Amino acid sequence: MYRYDEFDKQLVNERVEQFRDQVKRRLSGELNEDQFKPLRLMNGLYLQLHAYMLRINVPYGCLSSQQLRGLARVARVYDKGFGHFTTRQNIQFNWIKLEEVPDLLATLAEVEMHCIQSSGNCIRNITSDQYAGCAEDEISDPRVYCELIRQWYTLHPEFSYLPRKFKIAVTGSPNDRAAVAVHDIGIRMHKNDADEIGFEILVGGGQGRTPHIGKTIRKWLPENHLLSYLEAILRIYNLYGRRDNIYKARIKILVNHLGIDEFRKQVDQEWENLKEGELKISQKEIDRTNAYFQPPTYEKHNNNDFDLISFRKLNSEFNNWMLSNVAKHKVPGYAIVNLSLKGPDRVPGDLTDHEMDCVADLADHFSFGELRINHRQNLVFTDVKKSDLTTLWKKLKRLGLATANIGQLTDMICCPGLDYCSLANARSIPVAEQITNRFENLKKIHGIGDLTINISGCVNACGHHHVGNIGVLGVKKDGKEYYQFTLGGSSAQDASLGKRTGPGLPANSAVDGIETIVKTYLSIRDKNEPFIETYRRVGMPPFKEALYGTD
Amino acid sequence: MQQMIIANELRSGEVVFLSEEGNWVNNIDKATVALDIDQANKLLTLAQEAEHNNKVVGAELVEIEAQDKQRFPKDIREAIRVNGPTV
Repeated sequence: MYRYDEFDKQLVNERVEQFRDQVKRRLSGELNEDQFKPLRLMNGLYLQLHAYMLRINVPYGCLSSQQLRGLARVARVYDKGFGHFTTRQNIQFNWIKLEEVPDLLATLAEVEMHCIQSSGNCIRNITSDQYAGCAEDEISDPRVYCELIRQWYTLHPEFSYLPRKFKIAVTGSPNDRAAVAVHDIGIRMHKNDADEIGFEILVGGGQGRTPHIGKTIRKWLPENHLLSYLEAILRIYNLYGRRDNIYKARIKILVNHLGIDEFRKQVDQEWENLKEGELKISQKEIDRTNAYFQPPTYEKHNNNDFDLISFRKLNSEFNNWMLSNVAKHKVPGYAIVNLSLKGPDRVPGDLTDHEMDCVADLADHFSFGELRINHRQNLVFTDVKKSDLTTLWKKLKRLGLATANIGQLTDMICCPGLDYCSLANARSIPVAEQITNRFENLKKIHGIGDLTINISGCVNACGHHHVGNIGVLGVKKDGKEYYQFTLGGSSAQDASLGKRTGPGLPANSAVDGIETIVKTYLSIRDKNEPFIETYRRVGMPPFKEALYGTD
Repeated sequence: MQQMIIANELRSGEVVFLSEEGNWVNNIDKATVALDIDQANKLLTLAQEAEHNNKVVGAELVEIEAQDKQRFPKDIREAIRVNGPTV
């Protein structure tokens, strides 16, 4: 993974000291809150219901074990002993004190981490496929391009005061695990007939109050023009994006207002000024960056999986975990292991400081000292020897991180909701807990098959409810919490936005509603047909009838 | 109608309540309750001063209920703000 050079270290350390001075001036009153707020947001610091919340960047979800130990220290020293992994592959801490943030940032800088641009009207953390570099189905490792993009946008002077936040995601696989179609810019890697890497660029995707699937602005972009083309898009957005209304300020609004053809025309005109300039990426630069992402030294596989196969036959719990949590690796003898942060007695996406330290130790022992965060709020060990799987499973089980539910019903995306977030209208975590308890029999879950439930506590959709197979949106009505459902969302390469079923259900009926939807699906599905395909085949009527009756 | 001022302490972010003497306290039972609009406006003025003096941020006038000497905000958001996460 990328390692800081001296320039990076200096940049981050200077930023820490700059913020230390800004905090000092805020506390003394030299800066008032209106002056300070944009500065603290640019360093990822929010004021939430109970305390300040700090969001830390994890570039394209890649962490070293040392960094995870650093985050454990932050949780212990500056928080209440836990952190929350987010749908942008970042981590958030909920109980931060403003006066301690400069020291906290200095702690992060020691492990090459920072919060720069994790909030504010700027380009946010770039996200990608959690299996990058290892997936069987990958065209090429997207991390190289993610790192080039990250360096391009970090402290970009022209794009520090955009009309609104800006999010970019990249997939290197035709199987999109990074939800690129619902990002402001989504980037899909392709190869042409000459075996050259290039990109399809989508713009104007997004969720929130007005969800949109991104539109293709360019079908094929050679890799050396990646940054110049992104710069052209950002310039047009920066010029013409609305600044009079924060609800109409995202690029998706501009793209829909102009139409994709006119937007493309404007971008292409701007690009003419840029494409042969300093943003053109040289092969030398690609190679230099690629050097950070060289694969580890894999052991040669002896083609003997006998022990693994035997244990699978003997132990059904292990077998279920293999089926749902372990993905194929492109190198023989290795596997990709998903650590589920969802399950009974777990807040979705949370990890305690102790668990962080344990996971860091496991990463060192089983996965070359590295791990990933995925946008569904779980962790991934990307390079585990198959011969180590049974041992790792037992250790993960002891930590409560081996729930066999990846991609299944109880692997819910769940935002912090009204328990933490000042923007929320309703709680989301208790709904996730109720659903987990209702469906706790994992055999039942495995019989249900692939099914994503995404829960948001407000229209800002941090829980990605628009692209859940079942989306749950918490709303407030007459001072009480209600939950609306959407069906048919998908964040994959066949991205679609969910459609609302009808009126929301009160809090004490929400999980009954989920059970009704699932039972309806089970009663009408073709054999082994996943939920999303059943919904796409039959549409809303049977679900609507089951939820609300025929009236 | 009963109201009180709830804010976050600037330094720590902790939830605090405005008390009779114009101090900020951690305990809702020690907060001053406004019973009419004049009292509420007096509290608001004190709160704005405290914001200006960099003691608190995000001060809001919040409607509360009082039952059996227990006070709690009527709105669920403010109730969670006062009592902490429900999970």
